Amino acid sequence: MTVGLTHFLVVSTLLFSMGLYAIITRKNAILVLMGVELILNSANINFVAFSRFGNFGYSGHLVALFVIVLAAAEAAIALAIVLNIYKNLSTVNVDEIDNLRD
Amino acid sequence: MHESTVINLSIFILFLPLLGFIVTLLLGKKIKSAYIFENLVIIVTFLSSVYLLFSKLSFFRTTKISSELEWFGFNNFINSTRLSINLGFMIDNITAIMLFVVALISMLVHLYSIEYMKGDERYNRYFAYLGIFTFSMNGIVLTNNILMMYIFWELVGLSSYLLIGFWFEKKSAADASKKAFIVNRIGDLGMFAGILILFFTYNTFSFDKIFASINSGVLPFDSDFWLTITGILLFCGAIGKSAQFPLHVWLPDAMEGPTPVSALIHAATMVAAGVYLVVRIFGLLTADAMLFIGIIGMLSAFIPATIALTQNDIKKVLAYSTVSQLGYMIMALGIGAYQFAFFHLVTHAFFKAALFLGSGSVIHAMHNEQDIRNMGGLKKKMPLTYWTFVISSLAISGIPLTSGFLSKDGIIASSVAFANLTGHYLFTVFSLIVALLTAFYMFRLIIITFHGEPRDHHKFEHAHESPFLMVMPLILLSGLSIFIWYTPNPFNSEQGWVLSKWIEKPVLYTPENSRYDFMKTNYNKEIGVEHSYLESDIYKEAMHSAHYPAMILSEVVAILGILLAFIFYQWKKVNTDLLANRIRFLYNFSLNKWYFDEFYHKTFVAFTIGISKLIAWFDSKVIDGIVNASAFLTKNFSFFIGNFDKYVIDGIVNFTAYFNGFAGLLVRRIQTGKVQSYLAFVIFSIVILLFIFK
Repeated sequence: MTVGLTHFLVVSTLLFSMGLYAIITRKNAILVLMGVELILNSANINFVAFSRFGNFGYSGHLVALFVIVLAAAEAAIALAIVLNIYKNLSTVNVDEIDNLRD
Repeated sequence: MHESTVINLSIFILFLPLLGFIVTLLLGKKIKSAYIFENLVIIVTFLSSVYLLFSKLSFFRTTKISSELEWFGFNNFINSTRLSINLGFMIDNITAIMLFVVALISMLVHLYSIEYMKGDERYNRYFAYLGIFTFSMNGIVLTNNILMMYIFWELVGLSSYLLIGFWFEKKSAADASKKAFIVNRIGDLGMFAGILILFFTYNTFSFDKIFASINSGVLPFDSDFWLTITGILLFCGAIGKSAQFPLHVWLPDAMEGPTPVSALIHAATMVAAGVYLVVRIFGLLTADAMLFIGIIGMLSAFIPATIALTQNDIKKVLAYSTVSQLGYMIMALGIGAYQFAFFHLVTHAFFKAALFLGSGSVIHAMHNEQDIRNMGGLKKKMPLTYWTFVISSLAISGIPLTSGFLSKDGIIASSVAFANLTGHYLFTVFSLIVALLTAFYMFRLIIITFHGEPRDHHKFEHAHESPFLMVMPLILLSGLSIFIWYTPNPFNSEQGWVLSKWIEKPVLYTPENSRYDFMKTNYNKEIGVEHSYLESDIYKEAMHSAHYPAMILSEVVAILGILLAFIFYQWKKVNTDLLANRIRFLYNFSLNKWYFDEFYHKTFVAFTIGISKLIAWFDSKVIDGIVNASAFLTKNFSFFIGNFDKYVIDGIVNFTAYFNGFAGLLVRRIQTGKVQSYLAFVIFSIVILLFIFK
């Protein structure tokens, strides 16, 4: 049995679903951010897989590297926001942060 | 002397009394002596009218002076003509004489009133009213067209109304003024209709133009009949104003006004305006219209004369006598005695004014006592009043050497001539009967008032001769009742200058076949527009043969009347009470004025009131019902509209608002503010969209 594109896609789909699930269900903002990381990485797997099995050269690898950089920057900004939310509202529970309502 | 001078003078005479009226009325309340101005004005008016009479008779005796200007007009663009309504003056000898009579009596009454009305609280206003009366009367006299005459006609009606009701605190005076006004209005309605027919036919109001058109054969509705009707309708005005039967009822009641007013307006001048009107329209009267006028005049002469026999109010006797004498004049016009009618108007004006002012003097002396049964013996106390009264009574009775004889005898002679020419002898009979009655009731009045023993001693003791200003007019007016002013021969007035030179002879313009035979041209070739039927041989002959019989007859009846009065009241040969009881029915009939007032009250007044009540009922039930129903409908409709607005329109608006609010409520449920649920919705939606657009 050889590992094909389908296996990669299944893994990335599972990873995406888990990330999505984490984003929707977790109450803690840190865990939500972790869900976001999972989704980003599932996208990375897709890029690399399509790059390996498709006829795209190295562009998929490059985008994957770019996404890793992007994820690092995003994590830094998002954590800073979460820290500020905590400073202002004394909580990181996303259910309680509903100031946008009304 | 130029014609325009006469015109200017007449304008001056017309408007001077108006100035007096305005000034006296405006200043009267502030300045106690404002009446002096009015008196000065009237004296100047009188002097001007004397000057006008003099210049007219000496320089323009045979010319008719007239002048007119356009008052307003209407352009007819279809046939480019202009319909002009003109104002104008026309001065012939009759105008000048009438103007003189009006001004003279008005002046004397003004002066007389200074004493008579002394102490009245509305002294100045009284003189102001006299001023507007003189103004309006001058207007009637001077005008050359019937519209202007109608306007001034109503103005004299107004001033008569104001002066009858001068003491309006008295209910009887207020009622009398209303009665006079309303009764006059009935006559004026006819006159107005006549004026409308004339204007419709001839498009002008001018007497001369109307006469010229009639002469050239243009008739109202192209028929003699309508010309007759027009004449009778115009005469209706005279019936009202001159208190002719059957509208004579207002004049005796008008005696509620101050006595000088009765002398001026209700005896000498205004009531003569009716006669003056008939004199002015004489040219368009057909034989039928003249017969109608003659019969009305005859009845108006006879009926009030019988009423005057039994009246006990000194002014009522004179009032009925006035109606009777006016009837005489009207009858004279009806039988073609045009000159004598106007002559009688003039002489009557003088002696009747003297009689009224004399009665005023008596009333003044007796402290407002008017009932002759409370008088008697006043001859000793008031000799001047007595003698002037006697002279005037002789004149009205038609005794020789007086002016009344000249005019009255002339009318009787004309009636005899008329009977000879046409066979209508009833006019003669009635004029003689009236002459008898006139002499009788006038001397009854004198004897009861001035002769015998005083009946009310208290008032008699206080009676005294009136002051100079009141006696002077009496002497002047009774002096004018002497023949010498009118003719050198006291038995033949036609030789006098008044009839032969001053008063113009009448000219007829009516079609030949609608005239009396003796007025037709073929009896005398000379009759025409230039010559009068009075100059025809046949009429002259008839007058000549009637002259002596008529004079003898009229003298016999006049002296018989006076004699009867002396037998009844002076020597008391006949017990009058017993006689009255014998003929109780006739006596009551006369005393109650032939029950005219009662009759009118039962019929016309009751009818009018009935109609008014019916109309009032109709108004209150039907008209008000319609109004109320429409109000009710409108109100309910408004309520309906209001509720529709309130519930339907507002409901729609509110529903929209509520619906939006409700929709908002529904939508805000999902607006939780929780990012995760938003995300869940987004993913859910994307899944759905993917399924839809796959």
